[in-house]
Amino acid sequence: MEPLAQRAPRRLRSIAIVPAYNEAESLGSVLEEIRAADPELEVVVINDGSADATASVAAAAGTAVVNLPFNVGIGGAVQTGYQYALEHGFEIAIQVDGDGQHDPREIAQVLEPIVDGRADLVVGTRFVTGGGYRGTRLRRVGIRIFAAVVSLLVGQRVSDTTSGFRAVNRKALKLFAAEYPHDYPEVESIVLLSKHHLRMLEVPVQMRVREVGNSSITAMRSAYYMIKVLLALFIGVFRRYPTHTEES
Amino acid sequence: MTPFRVSVAAAIAAGILLLVVFELIRSRRLQERYALLWLLTGVVIFILAIWRGLLGKVSDLVGIAYPPSALFILAAFFILLVLLHYSTVISRLSEQNTTLAQRLALLERRLEEEGGGTKHRPI
Repeated sequence: MEPLAQRAPRRLRSIAIVPAYNEAESLGSVLEEIRAADPELEVVVINDGSADATASVAAAAGTAVVNLPFNVGIGGAVQTGYQYALEHGFEIAIQVDGDGQHDPREIAQVLEPIVDGRADLVVGTRFVTGGGYRGTRLRRVGIRIFAAVVSLLVGQRVSDTTSGFRAVNRKALKLFAAEYPHDYPEVESIVLLSKHHLRMLEVPVQMRVREVGNSSITAMRSAYYMIKVLLALFIGVFRRYPTHTEES
Repeated sequence: MTPFRVSVAAAIAAGILLLVVFELIRSRRLQERYALLWLLTGVVIFILAIWRGLLGKVSDLVGIAYPPSALFILAAFFILLVLLHYSTVISRLSEQNTTLAQRLALLERRLEEEGGGTKHRPI
């Protein structure tokens, strides 16, 4: 294998989308690590109505910041990032959460299948390698149920549908900029992708324990989200596709 | 005991409610998060309508002599719950709407200032 020599000389314009909601304490080091891992990768921080210094931390790091006027939730925030990427003509976008649970040194690994044209969406998955990931028991059970249901719906084995460490090419970027689910978007978006006949691939990554704070999804909310997402998945089966994704 | 025809009518009504909610979600006119309470309402009414023994027990428990009244009160309770939920939703939306209007107005002002255009915008 001659991995680097064979790569196309012109690099596709790529951007890291970093959604952040009250992540002032961890965001600085995440942005630093992204720059260290891939100096050429452009970055946009989507500040989802944070009450803390998230916006100024991002600005101090010299990255582009989009400040949402109030908290719209992870789905709306990430979609804002996709819309930004589409508007600015990026070919590839990768989501890296601002809380530090995604290791920027693994960005290249997640991007690779997109660059090689082997997939339209690549998800960095935490269960393939094991270890590195902890969570509440209820949450883990929920993740397994989603994995089983989604695998059934898309006809492809999917081991972790909830990971937000994911990269898309222009095709998937267009789709997600036009339509992206709300509260717990990772699960539904995989089904959405498959309904549009786009290809999804999982790549093993190590999730880090969150540097600061707790997951925004507590046990009580987990149960609520699980019911809501399962309902959305079920009704999605009866929906007509594709959604129109023309660029305006 | 609940008259049989009351059970059938209530079950049909609950079934229609569930179908309508389902279709609204499917056609994207209703978001899942606002549909959950309606679905719960439909399912509970439907179960109590077809499970006549349970409705009798529930009525006995709270001291209602005529079981269909319990069904009626329960439906009213769920409607109250949905309304209360909507009141909180509307409150949040109105607050966000104000925030949006303020951000838009300030942004417009800044664009005018940067563009060196008119200081006083005609209405």
